[in-house]
Amino acid sequence: MSAQPIISFQNVSKRFGKTTAVDDVSLTIHEGEFFSLLGPSGCGKTTLLRMLAGFEMPTEGHILIDGKDVSLTPPNQRPVNMVFQSYAVFPHMTVLDNVAYGLKMDGVGASERRDRAEEALGLVQLAGFGARKPDQLSGGQRQRVALARALVKKPRVLLLDEPLSALDAKLRDAMRSELTSLQQKVGITFIMVTHDQDEALAMATRCAVMNRGLLQQVATPSDLYEFPNSRFVADFIGSVNMFEGTLDVDEPDHAIVNTTEAGPVYLDHGVTGATGTTVWAAVRPEKIEMHKRTETPPQNLPPKVDDAPEGYNVIAGVVKHMVYLGSETNYEVEIAGGKLIKVVRPNLTRWDQEDFELGEQVWVSFHACSPAVLLS
Amino acid sequence: MEQSWRQAKTIFVTMISAPLFWLVFFFFIPLGIVWLYSFGENRGLIDIAFTGTWSNYAHALDDPYPGIFWKSIWIAGLTTFLCLVIGFPVALAITFAPDKAKSWLLLAVMLPFWTNLLIRTYALIAVLRTEGYVNMTYHWLFDMTNKVAGGALGDFTPLALLHNNFSVVFGLVFVNLPFMILPLYSTLDRMDRSLLEASLDLGAGHISTLFNVVVPLAGAGIMSGILITFIPALGSYLTPDLLGGPDSQMIANIIESQFKRANNWPFGAALSFILVYLTFIGIALQGLIERKDKGRAA
Repeated sequence: MSAQPIISFQNVSKRFGKTTAVDDVSLTIHEGEFFSLLGPSGCGKTTLLRMLAGFEMPTEGHILIDGKDVSLTPPNQRPVNMVFQSYAVFPHMTVLDNVAYGLKMDGVGASERRDRAEEALGLVQLAGFGARKPDQLSGGQRQRVALARALVKKPRVLLLDEPLSALDAKLRDAMRSELTSLQQKVGITFIMVTHDQDEALAMATRCAVMNRGLLQQVATPSDLYEFPNSRFVADFIGSVNMFEGTLDVDEPDHAIVNTTEAGPVYLDHGVTGATGTTVWAAVRPEKIEMHKRTETPPQNLPPKVDDAPEGYNVIAGVVKHMVYLGSETNYEVEIAGGKLIKVVRPNLTRWDQEDFELGEQVWVSFHACSPAVLLS
Repeated sequence: MEQSWRQAKTIFVTMISAPLFWLVFFFFIPLGIVWLYSFGENRGLIDIAFTGTWSNYAHALDDPYPGIFWKSIWIAGLTTFLCLVIGFPVALAITFAPDKAKSWLLLAVMLPFWTNLLIRTYALIAVLRTEGYVNMTYHWLFDMTNKVAGGALGDFTPLALLHNNFSVVFGLVFVNLPFMILPLYSTLDRMDRSLLEASLDLGAGHISTLFNVVVPLAGAGIMSGILITFIPALGSYLTPDLLGGPDSQMIANIIESQFKRANNWPFGAALSFILVYLTFIGIALQGLIERKDKGRAA
């Protein structure tokens, strides 16, 4: 990744009447990134993309492409091209004419147009489909036409609006890896809008999570998952157990959050927050272990923390739900007070799934480094 | 809703019988009688004998009838063309108008239907005649300019707007424009907006998008708009009768005079059916073009 910012949103807001679709967003995207705008529907991610394409003008702020302010530039004069959610392949043109359309508008000569369009079709594995009409193609093939049509213009940035949402599950998985390898092959910056967190995590090099027009967090997929900065992000990306509590102790080497639902949660690191304030401890289900209930709480559970008996957090509970998913099993364990704790256990051996039964008394434990402490 | 008439025969028969009765007794049978007249001959004042003669059709080939047919086709064609040229931008504007304005604009398009055609035509006379509103405005502007120019323009001569071919085409465009706008609007409104955005995104300007994407995709709407404007315009009677001059008679006016003043029902019937045949040819041509389009698409 080079340091050259290719796209820069500067305090961009977009209002439709009284609704604010995008609220003071500042964001830079670098050359060669596969960037994903992620969020629930209505969060403003599509509006942000459409402003980049030129279909909407920002109410406030500036949009820069290659350092040039394009906030008011019409879409046909921007060095970006878009793959639409509905693909928007022209039904009255052949596949080849569709792909060559943008070149024709740019005044490229007929023979070069043809060569470049054929080449682009080859790139998306549709060589030989040029003479067909769009209604003779499957949904996946139409999407490839839309991709070829945008890529043939060699845009600075390719915009993808929910590119996989209209495909069936199997094709979606295949298309995921194909899009990432295509991006690496052509070296063009991709910006993808999606509401599907799996899709964003799997494909993007960096993601922006949006909610209600606001940018919540911009980070790599693993940072979003492991170091969310808010309850919204922690909850939106993957699944999470959230414990609300008061920050009781905050030392450089440890902290304690006194939660109402699970008692004190011990952390082996300091927290950037004021003691006495309300915080949330968020633990991912796969970071929680489950143990058979013995007379005493387990003393030497992995992962071990050598110098502190509070090095791990242990809570007693009862298995309430079990969902066997093949590669793993999802459990819900009810603890005192009625809160259900989600636990995911990989089925490491072929006998794993027989380990626990519904209604069984268990301990659940998680390491002191596992919870993310969220201030908002 | 995927029910066919086979599954609910009783309901189907009940629903269809009233309109079918209407069609048979008030449309097909009278039309059949007129068709028979066209092969008949006058016997005395009111009697017509069905002799199976083709002489009525042969008579239609004598002057001036082919000329009048040709003129009717020409006027209807010009009307249709003008309706298309005026109606397409209007339909486009309604399509892209904000939702609230849309229903008001559509209402404005359909508002003329609330008034009888005869009254609308007389209203047009008031607008177009020598002392009409257009000439009044023109006269006022002329006088103002003349005052400034110190009488250099000379005497005022009103524009001849009524009782000529211009007023007939003007009236027909006025009457038929909604029939062009509505099918165009319904096609344009159903068009996937992202196709237009894709065209802009790929570097096309608005004009280029209009001719490369909008017009080709609105083809079906344009065809049906042309058809339902051209057919009534071809057979229009009232407008040329009231607005036209001595040489702007269309075929429907001739047919009327054959049935009334000339009292030659067989010949009037033959002329009527020539008009019907021409219309059929028009519809058949449209069907052929559409099938060819579909054939290319499939």
